[in-house]
Amino acid sequence: MNKKHKSVSYAKWGLIFIAPFFIVYIVCSLYPLISTFVYSFMDYRVQDGQIIGPALAQTGGETDVFKNYIWLFTPNDAGHIRILDYLWNTVIMWLMGAIPQLVFSLLLAVIFTSARLRIKGQRFFKSVIYLPNIIMAAAFAMLFFTLFSPNGPINQIFYSREELLDGKGIQFFSNVWTARGLVALINFLMWFGNTTILLMAGIMGIDQSLFEAASIDGATSFQVFRKITIPLLMPIMVYVAITSLIGGLQMFDVPQVLTNGDPDNTTKTLIMFLNDFLGNNKNYGRAGAISVITFIITGIFSIIVYKTMASKPDKPKKAKKAVRGVS
Amino acid sequence: MSTTYITTGENKSSKQRALISRILSYVFLIFVSFLALFPLYILIINSTRTGNEIAGGFTLIPGGAIVDNFTAAWSDPNMVLWRGLLNSLFVAAVSSVLSVYFSAMTAYGIHVYDFKGKNVAFKFILLIMTIPTQVAAVGFVALVRQINLNNTYWPLIIPAIAAPATFFYMKQYMESTLPLEVIEAARVDGSNEFKTFNIIALPMMKPAMAVQLIFAFTASWNNYFTPMLILDKADLRTLPIMINTLRGNIASGNATALGRIYMTMLIAILPVVIVYICVSKHIVQGVALGAVKG
Repeated sequence: MNKKHKSVSYAKWGLIFIAPFFIVYIVCSLYPLISTFVYSFMDYRVQDGQIIGPALAQTGGETDVFKNYIWLFTPNDAGHIRILDYLWNTVIMWLMGAIPQLVFSLLLAVIFTSARLRIKGQRFFKSVIYLPNIIMAAAFAMLFFTLFSPNGPINQIFYSREELLDGKGIQFFSNVWTARGLVALINFLMWFGNTTILLMAGIMGIDQSLFEAASIDGATSFQVFRKITIPLLMPIMVYVAITSLIGGLQMFDVPQVLTNGDPDNTTKTLIMFLNDFLGNNKNYGRAGAISVITFIITGIFSIIVYKTMASKPDKPKKAKKAVRGVS
Repeated sequence: MSTTYITTGENKSSKQRALISRILSYVFLIFVSFLALFPLYILIINSTRTGNEIAGGFTLIPGGAIVDNFTAAWSDPNMVLWRGLLNSLFVAAVSSVLSVYFSAMTAYGIHVYDFKGKNVAFKFILLIMTIPTQVAAVGFVALVRQINLNNTYWPLIIPAIAAPATFFYMKQYMESTLPLEVIEAARVDGSNEFKTFNIIALPMMKPAMAVQLIFAFTASWNNYFTPMLILDKADLRTLPIMINTLRGNIASGNATALGRIYMTMLIAILPVVIVYICVSKHIVQGVALGAVKG
């Protein structure tokens, strides 16, 4: 092609156009990412307004680069390895929101795309269910904090009626599971519309003739859903699950504002733990170690999600294709 | 033998079943719409009621204290709301414009030109899309403090120039809407490369830019984590940080403050909600488009 010949003289322009992105990325993201890893092996903190470090971590005058990691995995006085507790909190709250979210979204996506149902007012419904996603998470959480607080309107209903819970109400933020449940509920409300739209796009990308063929063959809706929609939707479901997981492991705004970790740090997430060392008592070394662990966990979990969701349905499909190819 | 009988019977019952499943579907849709709208609705209603009315429980009808609540929220000495609005508006507007402009520019550089390392650059951007941003927060905060940029807006604005997801969307959009012939034609007419990008390519990208502008604006407007780490001067605080300070007011159980608190939250989210209501169709399409391509 002569296009190639022409574009050679313009090559430097390509570099000029992409330069700002890469310069900013390197300075604002890549360098901080690398330095986060480096700090995790260092003593680097602010103590009484004095900056200590950065220097290779030491214990009693000896270099001890894994000091921050060892500290992280040493049980505290109560015998808890806190980072594991907070990881558990994060994962359980993510699952409590993500599983109902996937069920609701899958159902909604099937309803919206069904040729049989021909739902009217789709644009309206889609706009409505996506709306919570654009609302400030901090405000959303604060709204729930006011609604469910001990003297909030929900408990006023319980207090005013003796027949409900003996007029005692529910201390939502003093109970582990109601507190976690509310965090999960907000995440669910904020994200199910988004997931629905992603899954819908996935379903609409499936070859329509497959649905037609199935209905001619007399397949029921449920059969179509199980045998065609689900397997062919797997790639996008894996994508949805992994992005949801990566987002979930970074959960911060909602529990920070809604529960602040209460009760007794059972709703405290990994990033809230990280935040402990970036606030008034800065310890970039420990914060770095938490970040590295979070980074590794995110990678491992993403691989697990990918393997469990992608590999199982893939094998029979491939086998079928192979058979078809032979015949 | 009884084939015909069964078929007609099935037809009838399948029609009935279809009707029932349609009705059930609408019931379900109305239910989830209710779930999605209820929090916002309660927020709007409660911001029009007095503190004692709010403490008394729910209602679906607006109260008469909207002006009082607004005045109280607007003139709260502990929280200068107009300042928060302006701060948030400034940060969100500048960072979203930068994000969209430079993402389009990067996408243009990779879409239009052939150069050594182009594929590596493209794959690199795809790779970094999967890295959670918060794992680099430690290094970022340390860097910002080392160069004394904490308590400025620079650390909230400049990183917007490198937005991998926005870049990716722009790149996909360019592939379907920006033929290289148009650029060739502009060159023949003697347009220089920057001019071609700004005058010819950008206007063709308007729909994609509008969608991404709103996404970027919303993300910045709602961002709590980074501003909280960078800003600790009261004058500079953005709305999400201000919202978090309401917690103390609520926990103390001061009923008279409730109307003001709801009004403050409403003011904080309303600008984005209004924009969303005006352009929700394009936003929903934008989300779907990102999914198909991504």
